[in-house]
Amino acid sequence: MISFERPREMDERLEFVRQVASGLMREKARYYDEYEHEIPWEFVNLMWERQLKTGESFRAGARPPSDGTSVVAQTLVHVIEVQSWGDAGIYLCGPGAGLGGAAVEVTGTPEQKTRFLARYREGKPKWASMAMTESHCGSDTAAIRTTAVRDGDCWVLNGEKIFVTAGHKSMVDSDGFMVVWATVDRAAGRAGIKPFIVEAGAPGLKITKLEHKLGIRASDTAAAVLDNCRIPLDNLLGSPDVVDPTKSFKGAMATFDATRPNVAASALGIARATLELLKEKLAERGVKIRYGTPRHLLTALERDIVEMEAQLRAGWLMTVKAAWLMDQRQPNTVEASMCKVKAGDVVTRTTQKGVELMGPLGYSRRLLFEKWMRDARINDLFEGTGQINRLIIARRILGYSSKELK
Amino acid sequence: MYGFQPSEDQKTLVEAVHRFAVRELRPHLRAADDAGALPESTTRSGWELGLLPASLPEAFGGFGERSAVTGALAAEELGWGGLAGALALMAPNLVALPVLLKGSAQQKQELLPTFAADAYQPGSAALMEPRYDFDAGALETRALRRDGNYVLAGSKCNVPYAAESSWLLVYASLDGKTRAFLVKQGAAGLVIGERERNMGVKALPLYAVELRDCVVPASQRLGGEDHTDVSALIDASRVAWAALAVGVGRAAYEYALDYARNRKAFGEAIAQRQAIAFMLAEMATEIEAARLLVWEAAWLLDQGREATREAYLARNLADDMALMVADRAVQVLGGHGYIRDHPVELWLRDARAFAVLEGLAIV
Repeated sequence: MISFERPREMDERLEFVRQVASGLMREKARYYDEYEHEIPWEFVNLMWERQLKTGESFRAGARPPSDGTSVVAQTLVHVIEVQSWGDAGIYLCGPGAGLGGAAVEVTGTPEQKTRFLARYREGKPKWASMAMTESHCGSDTAAIRTTAVRDGDCWVLNGEKIFVTAGHKSMVDSDGFMVVWATVDRAAGRAGIKPFIVEAGAPGLKITKLEHKLGIRASDTAAAVLDNCRIPLDNLLGSPDVVDPTKSFKGAMATFDATRPNVAASALGIARATLELLKEKLAERGVKIRYGTPRHLLTALERDIVEMEAQLRAGWLMTVKAAWLMDQRQPNTVEASMCKVKAGDVVTRTTQKGVELMGPLGYSRRLLFEKWMRDARINDLFEGTGQINRLIIARRILGYSSKELK
Repeated sequence: MYGFQPSEDQKTLVEAVHRFAVRELRPHLRAADDAGALPESTTRSGWELGLLPASLPEAFGGFGERSAVTGALAAEELGWGGLAGALALMAPNLVALPVLLKGSAQQKQELLPTFAADAYQPGSAALMEPRYDFDAGALETRALRRDGNYVLAGSKCNVPYAAESSWLLVYASLDGKTRAFLVKQGAAGLVIGERERNMGVKALPLYAVELRDCVVPASQRLGGEDHTDVSALIDASRVAWAALAVGVGRAAYEYALDYARNRKAFGEAIAQRQAIAFMLAEMATEIEAARLLVWEAAWLLDQGREATREAYLARNLADDMALMVADRAVQVLGGHGYIRDHPVELWLRDARAFAVLEGLAIV
């Protein structure tokens, strides 16, 4: 069936998020942009309390149950879109299992899921993070140098990770964990790369730096050094086996299939915020958008708005579809990459246009246009750059392996 | 609940239309474009699909009900087969669906059964006007009331099957609002002009039409005196147009994809180069983007909800997409893309129509 009726199940959660987004988040957007790395505790506590009470998720990480009728992933893209409409930087500070949790959900055993994820349902606010990138490799994850060596009943990790979203919050500000991707066998290449859980307080892991960024400044982006970091043997997610050359890496990729629609949703929330304020400001100046008039007869301004609206809606429907496929337990690799490519382009263009069309108001820090443009830019970079996602789409539509299309 | 999968019935229909497109549209694509005419078999065998009768209720000789979503799904497949053939097959819709959706009881009784019959008969709609600033919402063709009748005056262009149809649905401005009138072939003052000579969609018979104080009885105003707002028809026509654009875009994309996989350069397929592969990835992404907007606008129409903005946005996005994708398909083929041995130059010419023409199809 083809239908665009939003499931009613998500109404209440959406309404809650709308209030938080338009009140708290939007109100504090400028403050947490100026005071980089300060934690928005009021938001964190509010979201955490709600999560404890209801068991709902507001961040990436939840996987739908397998009956194929759930709307978990669909709900998630909606609540993320609305939060990011409020403020994308503050949204990224939301407590919960996040991307790290998604890795556990995809690659962990049932026992590991219980052991590591239970903490996100009790006590004080906690975060989880995912450490993949190293200073010499980003998208080329097969080149990871961080090592994991077995020593008796422990794994010993050594290396350095950068660009860990919520790295500080997961390891210093809370009793969370970091999923560290490390190689157990350099010679095995991709097959040797495994995810390990390093819990807060583990000896040998130190957060060494918080990056200063163009945008999403409220979100902490940490560097971590692993210096003989010892963790229990069963903190390796999934199997230590390196025989199957694709299996563990597939885990990482499946994580991204699950989270890319969430990144797209966040991007589109920023784009919608921009477009709405843009239209509001234009309406104040008496500009009316003539829907239905042939495009070549519109003003340049109207054309821009019409094009942005169409692109935003298309990107959003692609995002919902990618999430819907996940809820249906159908493969969504292509759709996840497509929606992320689209959303990355849409938000970049829309927010840059926002600054352009508003002129000096757009460039001014009194309004949020310039901030949205800075915040937006990350969406075509993290969790797979636009190029990487194009590569993924291209391989799938052409039926090429990573060797055939490099 | 969201849903992004056609129903079983819709899938069956799409498969049947696809088979038809492969068998009856694609083989004649080039020859029909060169000749400026479709083979008679296109509409004869296409009619056997029963697309329009499946949209008409039993009371009028049909066997189903109209769904814009189903119509859009079928239109994409037909557009994939070839735009001119698709428009030929969908031409009866131009009269039948407006009458079904907006017509008076008498208009339905009189006209619909002829469009549910066993044999194809074309329909025709005269919307466009020959001027750069043509706007469906501000027509220059006028309808004036006189002696209980309407008198139509103005110039129309790109009117499909104007010479061959028994009925033409003529859109005109009445008191500043766009309204539609059923004009019978042969009516005094209805002057069918020359065949249009366009850069693309050449196989479809399109005509210039003049309305020289053409008198139309009041009973032939679409919807009689009550239900005369045609904005839902314009919306449905934009959805159809956009769905066809998705089909044309997909045709060009698939051809380029296949070519890039087989064409070797520097020892490997050109598709193995990111410069080509990324173009293909973006083409696929844009097609999907446009398709979802089309589906949503069609779904809104089926729900009886306001869809003017959505249909307009879907059409604009699909226009751009089809042109971009067809243009890139030419680029992927390189010099060969410019040669008429390959169909991509034809699709580029056809794709250019989407932003420029309108009112040639409705679902």
